[in-house]
Amino acid sequence: MENQIIETDVMQLTKEDFSSDQMVKWCPGCGDHAILRAVENVFPNLGVKKEDFVVVSGIGCSSRFPYYMNTYGFHSIHGRAAPLATGVKLANPKLSVWMITGDGDSMAIGGNHFIHTIRRNIDINVLLFNNKIYGLTKGQYSPTTPQGSKTKTSPQGTFERPFNPGELVIGAQGNFFARVIDINPKAMTSIFIEAAKHKGTSIVEILQNCVIFSNKAHELITSRETRDQYQLWLEQGKPLKYGKNGEFGIVLKGTRLEVVTIGENGVKESDLLVHDQYEEDTGIHMMIARMMPPEFPVALGVIRSVKADTFDQSMEDTIKHEIENSKIKSVDDLLNSGNTWTVE
Amino acid sequence: MTSKNSKVVELDQVVIRFAGDSGDGMQLTGSLFSDSTAFAGNDFATFPDYPSEIRAPQGTVSGVSGFQIHFGQKTVHTSGDLADVLIAMNPASLKANMRWIKAGSIIIVDEDAFIEKGIEKAGYLTDPTLDGSLDAYKLIKAPISSLTKEAVKHLNLDMKSTLKTKNMFALGIVMYLFNRDITLVNNYFEQKFKSNPLIVEANKAVLAAGFSFADTIELLTNTFKVEPAALEKGRYRNITGNIATAWGFMAASERSGRNLFLGSYPITPATEILQELTKHKNLSIKAFQAEDEIAGIVSTIGASFTGSLAITTTSGPGLSLKSEAIGLAVMTELPIVIVDVQRGGPSTGLPTKSEQSDLMQALYGRNGEAPVIVIAARSSVDCFYSAYEASKLAMEHMTPVILLTDGSLANGSEVFKIPTVANLPAIVPPVVEADDAEYKPYKRDAERLNRQWAVPGTPGLRHRIGGLEKQDVIGNVSHDPLNHERMTWLREEKVMRVANYIPEQEVFGDKDADLLVVSWGGTYGVVLTVVEKMIQAGQSVAHAHFRNLMPLPKNTEEIFARYKKIIVCEINNGQFVKYLRMNFPQFKYHQYNKIQGLPFMVAELEEKFNELLKD
Repeated sequence: MENQIIETDVMQLTKEDFSSDQMVKWCPGCGDHAILRAVENVFPNLGVKKEDFVVVSGIGCSSRFPYYMNTYGFHSIHGRAAPLATGVKLANPKLSVWMITGDGDSMAIGGNHFIHTIRRNIDINVLLFNNKIYGLTKGQYSPTTPQGSKTKTSPQGTFERPFNPGELVIGAQGNFFARVIDINPKAMTSIFIEAAKHKGTSIVEILQNCVIFSNKAHELITSRETRDQYQLWLEQGKPLKYGKNGEFGIVLKGTRLEVVTIGENGVKESDLLVHDQYEEDTGIHMMIARMMPPEFPVALGVIRSVKADTFDQSMEDTIKHEIENSKIKSVDDLLNSGNTWTVE
Repeated sequence: MTSKNSKVVELDQVVIRFAGDSGDGMQLTGSLFSDSTAFAGNDFATFPDYPSEIRAPQGTVSGVSGFQIHFGQKTVHTSGDLADVLIAMNPASLKANMRWIKAGSIIIVDEDAFIEKGIEKAGYLTDPTLDGSLDAYKLIKAPISSLTKEAVKHLNLDMKSTLKTKNMFALGIVMYLFNRDITLVNNYFEQKFKSNPLIVEANKAVLAAGFSFADTIELLTNTFKVEPAALEKGRYRNITGNIATAWGFMAASERSGRNLFLGSYPITPATEILQELTKHKNLSIKAFQAEDEIAGIVSTIGASFTGSLAITTTSGPGLSLKSEAIGLAVMTELPIVIVDVQRGGPSTGLPTKSEQSDLMQALYGRNGEAPVIVIAARSSVDCFYSAYEASKLAMEHMTPVILLTDGSLANGSEVFKIPTVANLPAIVPPVVEADDAEYKPYKRDAERLNRQWAVPGTPGLRHRIGGLEKQDVIGNVSHDPLNHERMTWLREEKVMRVANYIPEQEVFGDKDADLLVVSWGGTYGVVLTVVEKMIQAGQSVAHAHFRNLMPLPKNTEEIFARYKKIIVCEINNGQFVKYLRMNFPQFKYHQYNKIQGLPFMVAELEEKFNELLKD
């Protein structure tokens, strides 16, 4: 089932098939460049015909993305990429639909669409660029900006508690959630492929750096000095282990997660929590998604990947069933059905 | 069973109003009477009048639900303004409807409901059936509740089920009064309550009891008959505006070969279009109930990009929420149809009452220069043809179209001569063939100025569109000043040129009459009724009713120039007249406006027109 989009008869495509002739206008050093390159690497390898990709977006720096891909593309309006993607997918479920969005676009103005699209489980792939700031409007705080941050609209520091996108996705009954960093192209590539294979709404949160307005927003996770301490790469069926030499781990203690050092206080590797991305129950996934520095490392990789019926497939199945079981085969049949009379 | 005793008086046309508590089943009573009216061969139109609360307090004036039917042996243009017959199931429904009946009309009441408590709840000080206040009417007091109980006694039904059938007693009386055959209604019971023979029996018994009661009592010295109307040969059905709208889109989808997609959010009085389209997955229709109005239209734009005939349905407040997205469809030059079933505004306003006050919003309610085609349906049946025309114009000219209907058209019903889809005008959208080397996203047709429709999934046509201004022909993002000016002009001109593809404006009546009456949208029936009546009386009046509002028909100016006086009648504060003053400032326009959540009455228009003719 998860390989349904793979078609064997597709001509071998390359990165060049998807590069557009448009000048890329993101700032030098912006994390978006790396994400674009990763996507260009992924598309030729999905077994999808090049005319069957549709890339849609809302508004924001990330949302310029469709112009930089040589696919069918639609740069829409602020916050509305999700319903646009929904319309595209429902109109033609054979298409591979990619939605590019940011923390302002999907967590604030498009928050309602974001949660309902996830709840319906429309089969689209969402790349959520989270740089924790409004970049295109030049530096106002976003729904993921850490509390207390000083920005153009919070000169004394924000009062708001931020959203954790993973929590929001799982809370909205999301079935696929993964997290990656913009400086790790290899991981991006493999995670995007997993997201593409997943049938249903797949959300990949990309911790992306805005060099201008929130530079180093993810520094604890990305800097050479601290990354080993704060990056936890998830692997299916493997214990939650991290650190330069794999010396740290996560255990479930009562109803909470806890950081432990292997070998200390009698803690063995076999005591660590083992990752199961396919577990239907959301409890542990929610806890893993919530882990944040400085108390915890950040979980990277696929946190949740659960099979469920998709809205678009249910719609197609119902239509098929109704066509087979209805006496009405045309609009003429309908017009002449029920209570009618004839004037001679 | 048919009436036997009394003599029969022939009538040209009749208006009957059924009224009761909102739980009394008046809508069903009315629709069953409509079916029998169709069977009798009359032309007719109906209108339901119900409170916005689902169950307002029982027995109060605010909880009254009504259903009006106007039928005749001639063409009927409206559901009628004042009733000839009122059926009032309780004191509150009598009180609420006294203003809607003609002097001297027949009033049938359930006298069992005229007890102290009910009379008081309705706000009467004394019993209106006893205090002489109804002396000018033909009052028929029928013990409906008690005779209903009597009629089903042998079936041992519980009291609630028993009283639920009392509307059929009232229907029985009216069926007798108009010499109708009750077999048809009995057939309905048999179908509807197939699984519950006891309920079938009860309804039949009560209907027959009402019919016999009317036959027996001596209050009625005669019954009435309306001869069949001279309708064109063909097959007919009864249809409401909302259903007609839904079916019009379905017909356009089938005729154009484009799948139908609806993205919509429930809102009174437009919801039935969504409900209706969700039923027809058997015809491959995809109806998507979105999380809000914005998602409704944006999913529609997505489906349009993907090659569907894509529509969204709403009412005034929803149209406000969709404004930004309509602008996106203007910019991306994609075909969508936005249906606005207008209601009283602003804000939540009068959700169940009709108004024509969204015209300016439809014409101009967007940021930037954002022209769209605007058309307005003129009757419940015309909703079918308007939805069809809106779809054709949207797809062939690659532009959003706003279709205005209103609450009266949406819920009202009319006799619909069933068309054949193959006989409707062809719809030929400008879809690009695969691998067309000449394709450019903003290359335009030389005449219509529309761009082409390149659908995702088609080889060789990959392209990007969006809300940012685009370079002429090529379609890349462009901030070039002259390009923006040119693109603005092209978008405007594309819509204006639609005037070359719509019918010229028609005028009913003399070319050189003293007064030209102008109307648009849902007021067609009543205005035409008045004008017809005045012309018959020898007065010099003509009528121009507009369906195409943006662009206006090409001959509009030429028509206005022919008349000495022009009056524009609208159910709003004068929006179309302002639009006409702006477009054709050389003419003097009189205006007649009503903003009460109520339709025009024949008498008020006639009085106003006469006044103008005298000056």
